[in-house]
Amino acid sequence: MAIDIGQFVQTFFEESLEGLDIMEAGLLALPPGAADLEQINTIFRAAHSIKGGSGTFGFKEVTDFTHVMETLLDKMREGQLAVTSEAVNSLLESVDCLREMLMAVRQNTDIDNARVGDLQGRLTQLLERKGAASGTADATGHRGPVASQPLPPAGGWLIGFRPHLDLMHRGNDPVRIFRELAALGDLTVRPDFSRLPRLAEIQPEDCYLAWELELRGDAGHEAVTEVFAWVEDDCDLSIDALVETVVPPVTGKTAAEEPGQGELLLERRSGDRRKSDRRGSGAAADSGSIRVSIDKVDAVINLVGELVTTQSMLSALGVDFDMDRIDKLHEALDQLDRNTRDLQEHVMRIRMLPVSSVFSRFPRMVHDISEKLGKRVELQISGEQTEIDKTVIEKIGDPLIHLVRNSLDHGIEPPGERGTKPQTGIITLNAYHKSGSIFIEVGDDGRGLDRDALRRKGLDSGLLRPGEEYSDEQIHELIFHPGLSTAKQISDVSGRGVGMDVVRRNIQDVGGNIQIASHPGRGSMITICLPLTLAILDGQLVSVGQDCYIIPLLSIVESVQIRAEAINRMAGKCEVLRFRGQHLPILRLYELFGAEDAVTDLEKGLLVVVEADGRQVGLFVDDLQGQQQVSIKSLEKNFRRVSGVAGATILGDGRVGLILDISGLIRVNNAAM
Amino acid sequence: MATKTTELATVGTHLKREATTAEGLQYLTFTLAGESYGIDILQVQEIRGWVPVTKVPNAPSFVRGVMNLRGAIVPVIDLRLRFGLESVEYTKTTVVIVVTVRSEQGGRIVGMVVDGVSDVLNINNAADIKDPPDFGTAVNTEFISGLVTIEAEMVMLLDVDRLLSIEEMFAMESIRGADAARATA
Repeated sequence: MAIDIGQFVQTFFEESLEGLDIMEAGLLALPPGAADLEQINTIFRAAHSIKGGSGTFGFKEVTDFTHVMETLLDKMREGQLAVTSEAVNSLLESVDCLREMLMAVRQNTDIDNARVGDLQGRLTQLLERKGAASGTADATGHRGPVASQPLPPAGGWLIGFRPHLDLMHRGNDPVRIFRELAALGDLTVRPDFSRLPRLAEIQPEDCYLAWELELRGDAGHEAVTEVFAWVEDDCDLSIDALVETVVPPVTGKTAAEEPGQGELLLERRSGDRRKSDRRGSGAAADSGSIRVSIDKVDAVINLVGELVTTQSMLSALGVDFDMDRIDKLHEALDQLDRNTRDLQEHVMRIRMLPVSSVFSRFPRMVHDISEKLGKRVELQISGEQTEIDKTVIEKIGDPLIHLVRNSLDHGIEPPGERGTKPQTGIITLNAYHKSGSIFIEVGDDGRGLDRDALRRKGLDSGLLRPGEEYSDEQIHELIFHPGLSTAKQISDVSGRGVGMDVVRRNIQDVGGNIQIASHPGRGSMITICLPLTLAILDGQLVSVGQDCYIIPLLSIVESVQIRAEAINRMAGKCEVLRFRGQHLPILRLYELFGAEDAVTDLEKGLLVVVEADGRQVGLFVDDLQGQQQVSIKSLEKNFRRVSGVAGATILGDGRVGLILDISGLIRVNNAAM
Repeated sequence: MATKTTELATVGTHLKREATTAEGLQYLTFTLAGESYGIDILQVQEIRGWVPVTKVPNAPSFVRGVMNLRGAIVPVIDLRLRFGLESVEYTKTTVVIVVTVRSEQGGRIVGMVVDGVSDVLNINNAADIKDPPDFGTAVNTEFISGLVTIEAEMVMLLDVDRLLSIEEMFAMESIRGADAARATA
């Protein structure tokens, strides 16, 4: 074939993974017992696309596996197989398995054949059980991976398939179609050579053959047409019934037996863990591209149009400018200012994704874990359309998973211990914009934090001093300390005490912070505050000598003037300020950065109290300048990383300003001492 | 022709490429402490007048700071200090030559401060480029890719990729720092 299909492989993976998400969401929404046709159809279509695609690229294992899933779904769709929770669980597990297979194929690693075989067997079993239970002899003749079945009864289709000459130009392959048909029933293929020209006239890429296909089996007309869906415009197709097909009676069966449920779930958990391992490596490969809705791109194009208008207005003004037209100039400059700001905002918006891409994985997780823990939990999600920068989204996924797991495991009580509250616990996930930040809340109506247990742990580990009174906030703060867990028993869901500190660090890495509120017996609520974007930050400009530095506003606690008598020198070296009952180390920025002409008298300058990693220090600067939003530029691109500096930005006068990295500064200072 | 290729093998890699694709080689020449230097014109992005730059903390002394080049943050190197020459006050003729430096991390943009820009030098015959003489360890000639004599004036052709390699500059600085520490101790 002349077309190099290699370039489409990436698209196939992306689409397949999307398809799997659709299948997963559909399966979770599928009410047991009742066959929601529309829902099953959606799942079926997704499975079918994956099967078709994998066939094209020759991923045989994937094709075979999807085929079994598809057959099962088809039976459900036609009402021959009841939608039992066992079947749904098996299918969910298959979705996981398929995802792993795709990743394995993508990264050229080995497919876990034992797992695939096991699942495939179980799906086949479900299919066969249906055959036995319904009592009719309408079991389809599965070819390929599925164990062969007895010959189907008379009935089937006579298909005339006359491809146009250019069929293969479009990447279609008749043989694949036949293979797919063969999976539907007993297939006899009779080729028609009549169009074949003489050897000298043959174009190697043309399709001269035509076929008459006889498909015996109980495959529906729809199923057969679907096989030809890709080629129907490229061929003359006739599908006639061989013998009148008998539509099998709809058999509604309930989940009579659900053995091995526990085992099934346990296995799925291990699958999940593998899934999260995989995500780590997968993310690196995915981060290159982003899907943007056309609206956003159109908005940017419109704004660029406006910008061009303003620009031509300005250049027209500049041709023969005199002071009479100064008003017009101001007007045009205002417009330019507005255009620029709008454009900036809209370009940023391209990087924004709805938080639903993170939230969407939780229904499944809550479903699995609550079943495993034997708890009844309802997940309420709101604000999933709130948009966050893509980089931030990638970073908050794992912390959120951890928080939801905590709520499930520790927060929500098992049924019977919930007292007067409704027996079904509620976990809420909420996202919203507020004053230039994004807030994400994870709440539950469970038992809340155990203040006494935390206090005891705090005392044991020496974080709290005995005999002192602590506020709720101080006690709650303890859960963010490494190595502290109040879980009475360690489960594989949570309780190892490594977690909340990692959660907090991850959130802080993207410039956010995390807070917790809890009421015993009424539940707890964790609020994560994130910056809208990583590309822009609110900065406080400070001057040191002739230089100007930017301190991220988020890390500033306050700014104070210093009185000389409040300063002590520790070991003659490190200066500390007695301040609000604590001792604050003073970092003289001009010393650290070697600035000239800076104020060196502590009383004449200002101390900016900043906080990072839970530690506070005072940065000594000459003066505060203004506050402004700055866009972060990389120093590393043309230069290198500088310790204590997070990046650079262009100031209003066109000069470069350095953005301070507070936690880096504290580290540098510690190393120097 | 055979001699030409052997001579070329000793000069910068870009020369090899040029010799096979173009007839003549072009160099931008500039002055530094009375001497003339040349750099491959294809690596020159633009020439700007000196404007004050923002100092970068804890950088070697020859890194004057960073400047804003249409939104990109670009380090500015003082070539006099880089060569260990004494620094001078910047004047009206002091210019910054912005060059693209090829590094392992991809192309970097770096500005270098020189006393003044002179001319564009055309070298039609690559054989005119002579190897720099070997002074042993007394003089470090590793940045010099070749010498050209034009009307009794000698032009030193610089290998910008090595001269302005950020990694190398910092490595050199740390060695100097260690030496200084040893000297004081």
